[in-house]
Amino acid sequence: MSFLQWATSPWGQSVPTHIAWSLIWIAVIFGFCFMVVHSLYLIIVKPPKRFAERKAEAAAAGVPDRVPRHTLTARMFHWVMAASMITLLITAFLPKVGIQFNWVVYHWIAGLVLTASILFHVVHSTFFLDFWSIWPDRTDLTDAKNRTLRFFGKDAPLPSKFAKYPLENKLYHGSVMLAGLAVIGTGLFMMKRVETGIFVRNPYLFSDMTWGWMYVLHGLAGVGFIGLTLVHIYMGLRPEKLPITKSMIFGWMSRDFYLEEHDTERWAVKGAPETKRGLAASDGD
Amino acid sequence: MAVIRDVMPAFDLLQPSSAAEAQQLLEQNGADAWVMAGGLDSFDWLKDRIKKPQVLVDLSGVDELRGIRMSGAGVEIGAMTTLTEIANHDEIKKNYGVLSDAVSMVASPQIRNQGTLGGNVSQDVRCWYYRGGWPCYRAGGNICYADTPVGRNREHAIFGANRCVAVHPSDSVPALIALDAKFVVQTAKGERVVDAEDYFVGPEDDITKINMLQPGDLLTAIRIPSTWSGAKFYFEKVRDRNVWDFPLMNVASAIKLSGGNIDQARIAVNAVSPRPMRLKAVEDAVLGKPANAETGEMAGRLAVQGAVPLQFNAYKIPLMRNLVKRAIAGGQEAAA
Repeated sequence: MSFLQWATSPWGQSVPTHIAWSLIWIAVIFGFCFMVVHSLYLIIVKPPKRFAERKAEAAAAGVPDRVPRHTLTARMFHWVMAASMITLLITAFLPKVGIQFNWVVYHWIAGLVLTASILFHVVHSTFFLDFWSIWPDRTDLTDAKNRTLRFFGKDAPLPSKFAKYPLENKLYHGSVMLAGLAVIGTGLFMMKRVETGIFVRNPYLFSDMTWGWMYVLHGLAGVGFIGLTLVHIYMGLRPEKLPITKSMIFGWMSRDFYLEEHDTERWAVKGAPETKRGLAASDGD
Repeated sequence: MAVIRDVMPAFDLLQPSSAAEAQQLLEQNGADAWVMAGGLDSFDWLKDRIKKPQVLVDLSGVDELRGIRMSGAGVEIGAMTTLTEIANHDEIKKNYGVLSDAVSMVASPQIRNQGTLGGNVSQDVRCWYYRGGWPCYRAGGNICYADTPVGRNREHAIFGANRCVAVHPSDSVPALIALDAKFVVQTAKGERVVDAEDYFVGPEDDITKINMLQPGDLLTAIRIPSTWSGAKFYFEKVRDRNVWDFPLMNVASAIKLSGGNIDQARIAVNAVSPRPMRLKAVEDAVLGKPANAETGEMAGRLAVQGAVPLQFNAYKIPLMRNLVKRAIAGGQEAAA
């Protein structure tokens, strides 16, 4: 099975043109397999949630009933990005599986919306939020190692509770960032190939070979997003994750969920939610 | 890159004797099957080895797909009826003259003897690059070679380009649209009848297809209602060589007059867009107006609104303006 489609250019050169569209189904199957395997694991193995106790949890006394997690701005970014991503996936892949419609205009417009939202997110998260909260730190790596050892029955310390984001969230964010950069970087150049009214068309900007690999990278990142999106929606709908999903809608999570899952030192919430200080301390990104 | 070869790629030749059998064979073989009517478009593709079907379904033995059947409701033309038969048919010449005019201008007499109406409406686009086997959008690639600064696009689209700029080359289709013809398609789910203009697919919807036929579908007949029988018709084709060529552009109109004014009109042009264009806005604009040069002038100007020429085909804009003018006013009146 070939993962790429090749063609012979007018100069007799063998060049890639696209990914093989069968990869769409592989990504879909991967997404659904993940759901099934993960669900079965939770149903059959029923892994207990066990975290190391910390003295710092005495600070729980100061935790408000509603712990602010995402500001309105951050939530709007998330949902704008989600809408543009869903639009991009629909317009990119439905025509490839036989549902034909006029997709090109909607696709590049959604791509521009995604690009603008990502640029906004980069500035917003760098200068107005806790930039490092989404990146894995030393504790995450140590805990991941300990959790893995314990999974295989080895003797290892209990992991810490999570910071604002569990390691899985951080890794997911990293994957989305890489795939996002790939589709945006290639997609902006690909807009030079079609009439948009924004750029002057220039199909000669790159050689056929460079264009070909650009289309391949765009396609690979695109089908990657099929799997990533399926997994993200699945995780967002899982009962034990619903408080996190709700926080992306309403902006806050309950005190109980916060204390159960999160380390009050690694993600400090100070003061009541209605106070400016409390919101700032919890970042709300 | 296409290299003309005389030996076609190997395929299974299937020769059904009925439309039902043909449709069944097409359904069984799905996307692997190629439908051959007169063979004039098919043999180009096959001999150039650009299309390599596994199975070729030859319709030449399906007699029920041939013939012209008149009735009170109009006329039904089998998809395998030759263009010569249509051009010479007395009833069609008398009542639907725009169609006989159109098909009599297709290619050469020899080709009209072999070419069929179904094949003429279903033929593929004539872009040099696509026909040459280059990996363009329509061929599943990621570029249009014609729509580049040095691409040869004199014959290409001024409307409806969406990555692909090739035009639909049929002469009979504008006449059929003007006559409000219906295309009868046999599918696995039964018979489907579509308006002539809806039979065609633009690149914005599916860049690798030119009509709505899915694998397994078979165009069996074209029905022309009697609604436009005896109307005032006009057909004109402009081509590089008047003895034998594809159209640079063609136009067809059917007009009903009432008291000297246009009461009803249907106008279509081809070779200006990837799919044949019915000029609905023009039809609406000329209603109630006299069929003269002034109305034709207005119609021509309206028709070309929104045209986007490529590097070498800007001439198509005044050409279309004048053809539409003549389609409204008639050749002599427009020239007056």
